[in-house]
Amino acid sequence: MNPAQDTGRQETAAPAIELRGISKAFGPVQANKDISIRVMPGTIHGIIGENGAGKSTLMSILYGFYKADAGEIIIHGRPTQIPDSQAAIRAGIGMVFQHFKLVQNFTVLENIILGVEEGALLRPSLSKARDSLKHLAEEYELDVDPDARIEELSVGHQQRVEILKALYRQADILILDEPTGVLTPAEADHLFRILDNLRAQGKTIILITHKLREIMEITDTVSVMRRGEMTATVKTAETSPEQLAELMVGRKVLLHVPKGPANPGATVLEIENLRVVDQDKVERIKGIGLTIRAGEILGIAGVSGNGQSELLQVLGGYCRATGSVKINGQEIDLTGKHSDGQSRRARGIAHVPEDRHHHGLVLDFAAWENMIFGYHNAPEYQKNALVMDNAGIVEKTEGAMERFDVRPPIPGLPAKSFSGGNQQKIVLAREIERNPDLLLVGQPTRGVDIGAIEFIHKRIVELRDAGKAVLLVSVELDEILSLSDRIAVMFDGRIMGERLPAETNERELGLMMAGVTGSGEAA
Amino acid sequence: MDYATLLQVLDSTLRLATPLLLACLAGLFSERAGIFDIGLEGKMLIAGMASGAAAALSGSVWIGLMAGIGASMMLAAIHGVASITFRGNQLISGVALNFVASGATVLIAQSLFSQGGRTPPLSGAARFNPIELPFTEAIKSVPFIGPFYADVLSGHSALVYAALLAVPVTWWVLYRTRFGLRLRAVGENPESVDTAGVSVIRLRYTAVAITGLLCGLAGAYMATGLQAGFGREMTAGRGYIALAALIFAKWRPWYALWATLLFGFLQALALRPDVIERSFGVAIPVPALDALPYILTVIVLAGFVGRAIPPRAGGQPYVKER
Repeated sequence: MNPAQDTGRQETAAPAIELRGISKAFGPVQANKDISIRVMPGTIHGIIGENGAGKSTLMSILYGFYKADAGEIIIHGRPTQIPDSQAAIRAGIGMVFQHFKLVQNFTVLENIILGVEEGALLRPSLSKARDSLKHLAEEYELDVDPDARIEELSVGHQQRVEILKALYRQADILILDEPTGVLTPAEADHLFRILDNLRAQGKTIILITHKLREIMEITDTVSVMRRGEMTATVKTAETSPEQLAELMVGRKVLLHVPKGPANPGATVLEIENLRVVDQDKVERIKGIGLTIRAGEILGIAGVSGNGQSELLQVLGGYCRATGSVKINGQEIDLTGKHSDGQSRRARGIAHVPEDRHHHGLVLDFAAWENMIFGYHNAPEYQKNALVMDNAGIVEKTEGAMERFDVRPPIPGLPAKSFSGGNQQKIVLAREIERNPDLLLVGQPTRGVDIGAIEFIHKRIVELRDAGKAVLLVSVELDEILSLSDRIAVMFDGRIMGERLPAETNERELGLMMAGVTGSGEAA
Repeated sequence: MDYATLLQVLDSTLRLATPLLLACLAGLFSERAGIFDIGLEGKMLIAGMASGAAAALSGSVWIGLMAGIGASMMLAAIHGVASITFRGNQLISGVALNFVASGATVLIAQSLFSQGGRTPPLSGAARFNPIELPFTEAIKSVPFIGPFYADVLSGHSALVYAALLAVPVTWWVLYRTRFGLRLRAVGENPESVDTAGVSVIRLRYTAVAITGLLCGLAGAYMATGLQAGFGREMTAGRGYIALAALIFAKWRPWYALWATLLFGFLQALALRPDVIERSFGVAIPVPALDALPYILTVIVLAGFVGRAIPPRAGGQPYVKER
């Protein structure tokens, strides 16, 4: 059986990529199980699945990073061996990684020719690349300054450099791994226009994502992966987000947590004229004011790096600031010796940090140890003046793990052995179980599976309904829109304005996130 | 300080800066490729011993030079295997090799020559002798420039000129060739090189080999040019001074030249306490002058002189992630 001979004649009908029976195991873990897929030329094919479903492994096999244990790769009707990236490039495959593989202090041109220089001297390659960059820019709306250094470019432009790199290497199959995770909504729109152009020119695109909205918006066909297997391939026009979510998780999932109207009570948090200057003397927060009342979720939207992280850190007690922050009407110390995580928690402020691996958990410590960090001096965790009540803590952890559906429910397991979603549930359990007045949550569902997202959202809404205040920071607009009772948008250390979710949309918020004013009050 | 004295000091500056410059450029290649090398000192030392011994035994300075380069590249290869192939800690590997060099040089020199760990004094063809640059006689009488050309630039050994030539060559290789582009890339972001289908490991080994070569030149110059034979611990921390100069130079070839000339100048001053006494009217004790380059080293390493950004991937073994 040699498909090259019988399908080679009718090139229009041959898939750009066909994978047959691809399997790959890492030790006991079967990352890919007998995966077959056909991607037709000139289409955008989505691959969707939860973290650890095997999407990245599959693409790494296609790009020559891993060797499949079994299976065939057929490119344009020709069986192809891809032992390394060079072979993938030769086969016309280009990859845009989630974390860009660019040299930060090189110019765009230098990054583009790296690895495909013509001859031992740079000058001819640079001028050739400069010419073809001009053509590519015109053809696909892919303009970037060829002489700019990467570190001076926005993330969106850096991504364009990655796409240009692939096109410069004559790629006609482009794989994009979670391309919008780092982009603003406007940048994501631009990316989709570029992809549209590429498709119109006959390029084949594989889009890996976990965002259902993107799949629905741009793809022609979509394949769903779950636990290493390809569970379905459907035409995008013939499916729905709900159906895809169900295929991904294996059960029905609520994409939007139902929540009733808010019942705001007394003011819990009151921030006035808050300023943060970082160690490089750059002002990160430029005098903002916010209030949150009991029984209300305030969502902070914004592209990361516009001061939201610093806001959470100030309130969480590990970043110095000036201005005034009152909790339940009482001023809290922003600079002195009562400004640390433990004192904040003692004042009823619980914190689910943005970066759970560095600030939320100690990954090498057991779940039960992680369950008490920040509250470890509380009397109920002590056996006597010298010794902690470890057995009691383990027992309490078992209960919390059950209530928060942490799987597997084993208190002795180190935090790093849990999946992203279950790690987040551990942090959430620790913070919510102490019954705080104010919950700070940063990126609650970053790197978390759809099933766990549903659970986490439910618990946050429950906390609100129990009359607590919640400050939610997220770069996911979907999340902000579906959870918040009020939305504030941060840009460049300032609040660009506040909106009610029912009276705004992604477009307006996206513009505010990009710093476009003019529509509405600035706080 | 009169002009003649100044020329004398500058002359020794150039001689003393040469091993620093060669070692500094050696470190530049390695660190630009992402491999920290604290073992410049050890490589210079072993090259000094090997070249001194080989020159003494063979009577040819060129055989001595080859032996020095060979010995230095051997240590470089060990450092490469430890830090590239086995992904070991680069600092520890470097420190260990320094200790090995420190002990092995004395041991070998003693067992070969039984002269208290030194190699026999070299003379004639067993040493690098001064070369007179062309037109020296003709230019000499031109005021000001003439004496500078004749007394400072001319009359050094071949390795001094090789070191000076190595600066533009390094610059050209680094910024004008494919190899240089890849070398700089692999020290900044090895993944970018790997995904471009270029071998990270081969590039890094090449860089480490160049480091070995240049350290070999530096060590051979110490034993067969600057002095006439190898002596115990003769490098006296020059490998570390070269590292400080490298940081001072922000990992750039031309800056490396100026930085090492500055260190060389301080070392030259320490040789002439009389000049200082005459110029400033105070007698600074010789040990204090001797300490000057080391004090500057500490100041540079402590980061007092601006913030230098090292190659981003420096010191990290490359592990291919998924």
